[in-house]
Amino acid sequence: MTEWLNVVVQGVLTGGLYAMFAVGLSLIFGVMRLVNIAHGDLIVLAAYVSLMVTQALGVDPLTSLVLVVPIMALVGYALQRGLLNFTLGEDLLPPLLVTFGLSVIIQNGLLELFTADSRKLQAGAIEVLTAQLMPGVWVGYLPLVQFAVAILVIAALQVLFYKTALGRAFRATSDDQPVAQLMGLNTRHVFALAMALSLAVVAIAGVFLAVRSNFDPAIGPARLIFGFEAVIIGGLGNMWGTLAGGVILGVAQAIGAELDPGWQLLAGHIAFLVILALRPQGLFPKVSG
Amino acid sequence: MSRVEHASRSSRVGVALAGFGLAALAMAPLWADRATLRLLAEMFTYVALASLWNLLAGYAGLVSVGQQAFVGLGGYLLFALGIQFGVPPLAAVLVAGPVAALVSIPVALLIFRLRGAYFAIGTWVMAEVFRLMASQIAALGGGSGISLPASLVLAMAPTRQWRELEIYWLALALAVAVLVAIFVLLRSRHGLALTAVRDNELAAQSSGIDVRRLKFAVYVLTAFGTAMIGALIFLMKLRISPDTAFSVNDWTAFVIFIVVIGGIGRIEGPIIGTIVFFLLRQTLADLGSLYLMMMGTVAIAVMLAAPKGIWGLIVERLGWQMLPLQRRLVLEPSGKARAR
Repeated sequence: MTEWLNVVVQGVLTGGLYAMFAVGLSLIFGVMRLVNIAHGDLIVLAAYVSLMVTQALGVDPLTSLVLVVPIMALVGYALQRGLLNFTLGEDLLPPLLVTFGLSVIIQNGLLELFTADSRKLQAGAIEVLTAQLMPGVWVGYLPLVQFAVAILVIAALQVLFYKTALGRAFRATSDDQPVAQLMGLNTRHVFALAMALSLAVVAIAGVFLAVRSNFDPAIGPARLIFGFEAVIIGGLGNMWGTLAGGVILGVAQAIGAELDPGWQLLAGHIAFLVILALRPQGLFPKVSG
Repeated sequence: MSRVEHASRSSRVGVALAGFGLAALAMAPLWADRATLRLLAEMFTYVALASLWNLLAGYAGLVSVGQQAFVGLGGYLLFALGIQFGVPPLAAVLVAGPVAALVSIPVALLIFRLRGAYFAIGTWVMAEVFRLMASQIAALGGGSGISLPASLVLAMAPTRQWRELEIYWLALALAVAVLVAIFVLLRSRHGLALTAVRDNELAAQSSGIDVRRLKFAVYVLTAFGTAMIGALIFLMKLRISPDTAFSVNDWTAFVIFIVVIGGIGRIEGPIIGTIVFFLLRQTLADLGSLYLMMMGTVAIAVMLAAPKGIWGLIVERLGWQMLPLQRRLVLEPSGKARAR
């Protein structure tokens, strides 16, 4: 019994990471209806940026966030203004194909720079510290911190969206782009800020990914898929729903892995497909389409 | 009186040229060596895959990044039918189509619940599910893959040369069959509907076209063709593994590159794109990952600067069409018409 409880708790904590993969994706979809196929590769890029920062400055990965987050946010702003803004319009083919091309470029660029070797970031003592939740159920500090950060990120985004002028600009652009423009919003700038914010979250997700497990240039697409599944399970446009989606995905994978290591990923996909079949609008939908 | 005309002068030239080209390719074993034949056969498979993806994304607006699901399914059907039931490979290639079409129906029912760009990622999830399931089948080599038994391969033809010729002609025949099928579809009533959907989905719907049913049919048809080509590809490779069978790079990224470069939403696009793709590959493939980066960059540049690709530019500048697909209304001078 406690063995299964353990499995579920670990799954829930991993779910926090998946939710962080997902909110960045969900945010830009909400603001500009853009689905970024390179999202997973940008997470991996953030992990490599953190690797370089930790190696160059000798700081630990969590401290490196101080640099990695603004770097990735800048990358996001530049990417949106310099490239992705030109693809937005009625036709959904250009943004899809351009971000697909971007994914190929990032993956192979990382391969060229860092080889296919598997890497991992060392966070020091925090990696091995554990706390006893109840008799027989132990949780690591790091997964706990990561889950807490996921909740903080989502809460902060929630406040930003509903309590600040920038959030109002995001929501206005999302509701009706031409009218938002008429009201004096520079939508190109607003879109670029949304992408910057998305990649700031990606930076946090990438660093936690790199501390928790091995990474190499090829693992991006799978992260995109986890994030996407969490968004759809939770329901479009609902950030707390996305957290729930991430948790469901994490638990399904953990249970699958416990049954048979080969079933870890398959169990997560099956949970996603079951929800798609029974409740295509997701568990906690907020907006349609 | 007026009537609808398809052919133009350029399409008459185009059809004649296509006829000559086809005859030359069918007789290629007379003028080409083994390596060239292999290369040509591979090109035919890419022309077919790209034409099918073009039908799906360019006409029906269903942007899939998961067609490797059906390439891999076809490949695995070839091996499963051969190993478990002793089905000869050539027959298995033909059987793979209908079986994959059946499989694609429940798949479509599920992923059609996702709209637009999310549909694209949904197709990718499906391909991942197929890949993970294939690696669970121990009888087909699990995660490490399996080779086609020599007895099946040897039974195909008395000599190796004959076997290679059989595969070459099969590849040519399948590619031509895919192109002809798409051509016939586009010339039909449904093709007119499909072209309307390509140009403006909303307008098409309000003209009474059942867009959803049309898209569903195109998805199933595409699965049919893609799986047959997949089976053929792995008959040429003689070995299959989950990672090669369901590779997003080989069966989707390259195919998208071909269609985008050649010209999306035009039947001629994939042919032009395949020629460009293979020219680049033959000259630059040694660069490895740099080559892939260049490919991604070229695709992005084309998408932004000339979204209709090479053939789109030709059509715009010169008004050519290789195949008689366009519909033009010809007003014939009768008494009334002249009076107006």
